Amino acid sequence: MKRRLRDVPWAIAMLLPSIALVAVWTIYPLVKAIQFGHLTCDVTGKKCRDVGWGRYWDVFTSTQFQHSLGVSLKLMLLTVPTGLVLGIGLAVLADKHLRGIGIFRTIFSSTVATSVAVASLVWFVLLQPQIGVLADVFSGWFPVLKNPGLLNDPGTALLAVAFSSIWANLGFTFIIITAALQSVPRDLYESAYVDGAGSTRRFTNVTLPMIAPTLLFVGVVLTTRALQTYGEIALLTSGGPNPEKPTTTIPYLIYGRTSLIHTDLGTKSAAAVLLFLLSLVLALVQFRGLEKRVHYGS
Amino acid sequence: MAADTVRGARKAGRYTLLVVLAFIVVFPIYAVVMQAFKTGPGSLDHPRSLLPVDLTLSTVKAAWTQGNLGRLLLNSMFVSLMVTVGVVITSLLAAYAFAFLQFPFKGPMFIAFLATMLVPAEVTVVINERTADSLGWINSFQGLIVPSLASTFGVFLVRQVFLQLPGELREAAALDGVGHLRFLWEVAAPLSRPTLGALGLFTFLGTWNAYLWPSQVIRGDRAHETIQIGLEHLKNNDISKINLVTGGLVVAALPIFIMLVLFQRQLVRGLTAGAVKG
Repeated sequence: MKRRLRDVPWAIAMLLPSIALVAVWTIYPLVKAIQFGHLTCDVTGKKCRDVGWGRYWDVFTSTQFQHSLGVSLKLMLLTVPTGLVLGIGLAVLADKHLRGIGIFRTIFSSTVATSVAVASLVWFVLLQPQIGVLADVFSGWFPVLKNPGLLNDPGTALLAVAFSSIWANLGFTFIIITAALQSVPRDLYESAYVDGAGSTRRFTNVTLPMIAPTLLFVGVVLTTRALQTYGEIALLTSGGPNPEKPTTTIPYLIYGRTSLIHTDLGTKSAAAVLLFLLSLVLALVQFRGLEKRVHYGS
Repeated sequence: MAADTVRGARKAGRYTLLVVLAFIVVFPIYAVVMQAFKTGPGSLDHPRSLLPVDLTLSTVKAAWTQGNLGRLLLNSMFVSLMVTVGVVITSLLAAYAFAFLQFPFKGPMFIAFLATMLVPAEVTVVINERTADSLGWINSFQGLIVPSLASTFGVFLVRQVFLQLPGELREAAALDGVGHLRFLWEVAAPLSRPTLGALGLFTFLGTWNAYLWPSQVIRGDRAHETIQIGLEHLKNNDISKINLVTGGLVVAALPIFIMLVLFQRQLVRGLTAGAVKG
């Protein structure tokens, strides 16, 4: 017992920096946001009153939140399946010992070097209706590129944001799936080959089950990123085009400079907590996937 | 003979597909780089062709001065370096306590600590903005740096490595009268250098690329902006100046590109550490 307690002063001193920082910048704001979520405020955002837990239901069912929830879910559906399929396709294609394959691998990984701001502004330039390269080349087939421009048409703005996200995430997806492919034991392929399995069968019966846990991990990361999309919106569309606001994701509803609830502390907090709950559900999915991973291993 | 031809045709088909896909992936970057180097900053002319001829530095130079990019790069460099050093230090200390020290409630504390990883920044920024405001940290480097100085993931990662070090190492050091800090600094930290490298690289990249928090804590103070949020000012309603954005993008992306080429192996190792078994 004496020995157990001898280390305590050292433990306190060494843990203090991390714990103090996490307490002030992660736990306190979470607790405070849950508490502020009860508030309903007037237009100035200064006078607020506590209306209890029911406020969360009000915010959840409000037109604005429901709209943004729809936008975020749509963005998820547009980016996650496509991103996964493209990542698998590129990784499988580049998982061969061909001359010069290293160059292709580097190119497919390259977008991992782009930040949210850089990737978004790259697409902002490319999609410019007047002088953008894409409008120049493809407007014959897709007139919307020139008039009014992919980002300025309410019907296509979210699609343009999705393009930018898929492209920016491709490098990450490719790197991880490539690593997973390389960890599949070669003798599994050989025995499948001996058993007469063609390349398609080998892919569906050996490759896919072996990399399934990794695909799940990538899927969860892509889903989380889709749900947290903010910078792309701020730089590409500012949540617009108005008045339909087809790109106001939940994070943009909370933090966007042009958002209607930008100054409303109560509603902002409630929306942030609701976003947290959504992320939690996703984390649970991830943990269930981890359990599965253990089963694969045994 | 026939099998050889089939194999050759397959190989050619695979190469063709690879080239086409590589072209599509790299085209956005290539087009922006060409637009930055082929046309002047004020010209409405888009490059007639994207071939790398008649190159000029005028757009990049104009973006550099008008966007104050030198200052933005310095700010980003300073903030990212401070956060990286801070995270490595706080992670080393906390990981040491969780790995080598005995104290009550160690297990539950570690779990509780890890659980905070589940809280995304998108939730905490609402209140952290107010905290920063009450501390007078809006439009300041403290505001950009301090909230990021601890990393739960970093503590987890370093603790994993510490636990793999042989236990006799610490015992022998204790017998020789070596204290905790000296053991951490002279034995444990040097032995976990690859992990610390990956943690440092990821912290640096994450801080350099951050958008949401900097965009909320820096409100129009150009002297404290990072490159990620400062680039936006090159976006201009004047369509004839849109090329300035391309110049800014080249300047902003180049340092990270060079870094990733230099540290490619650490990056891949770090990215796949949590994702791939084995």
